[in-house]
Amino acid sequence: MVVSVQHYMVVSAILFSLGTIGVLTRRNAIVVFMCIELMLNAVNLTFIALSSHLGNLDGQIFVLLVMTVAAAEAAVGLALMIAFYRNRESIDVEDFNLLKL
Amino acid sequence: MEILQQLFFYVVAFVAITSGILVITCRNPINSGISLVMTFFCLAIFYVTLHAPFMAAIQIMVYAGAIMVLIIFVIMLLNLGSTVVVRFRHAVSGAVVASGLMLFQILIIIKQGSVSPTQGGISPEVVESAGHTELIGKALFTDFMLPFEIASILLLVAIVGAIILAKQEV
Repeated sequence: MVVSVQHYMVVSAILFSLGTIGVLTRRNAIVVFMCIELMLNAVNLTFIALSSHLGNLDGQIFVLLVMTVAAAEAAVGLALMIAFYRNRESIDVEDFNLLKL
Repeated sequence: MEILQQLFFYVVAFVAITSGILVITCRNPINSGISLVMTFFCLAIFYVTLHAPFMAAIQIMVYAGAIMVLIIFVIMLLNLGSTVVVRFRHAVSGAVVASGLMLFQILIIIKQGSVSPTQGGISPEVVESAGHTELIGKALFTDFMLPFEIASILLLVAIVGAIILAKQEV
């Protein structure tokens, strides 16, 4: 049996769960950001596996759009972190409480 | 031949998941970043085996090239050291339980759901004869013209936002 679409989706599910664990447990904001990228990539793998399985190109176009959003998110998110670090000298997520009264 | 294909898949999947675990366990953010690049390369290999070579090239150029360079640049700019060893917190066990439940749920959905091939027009033979980039380009500039334009506006907004956020004293 050749490698089926389920194999790819299981790998994708494992990577997504790893990303979730990272987002929930790590305290460094940049590592949290990298874990979000990991989750986005897991979803991309699902998109491309199913697109190849169904013989339809639409999923790959959506992967292209997800990559665009990830690039925009990286630019804005890292700029926010630099601004926050300038203000607080830290990027620990537990210091992200500027909106707290 | 099929055994080789399966073996190759399992090796690449093992490397991808191992480096994914390293991303969330490394103390030093730089090490996490390097592990994440490794995961991106493994996913690019998957894309090649799924007959999507253009996506693999974009994955390496955009993710492993641009985004990771940006992240590592910011880590080095902020001069972050390794995080101190935190003791085992309840948040960690809670997160592991939540993620484990989610993984279990997704695996059940994958096992129960049956996706039958609808025999769409894109087969590996078509991709090889027409070229993947050409097919993507045609779809992008005909059926997906509006999302493409919206994505370009989003990128413009992101450029302006990043400059404004990083420039002024907040």
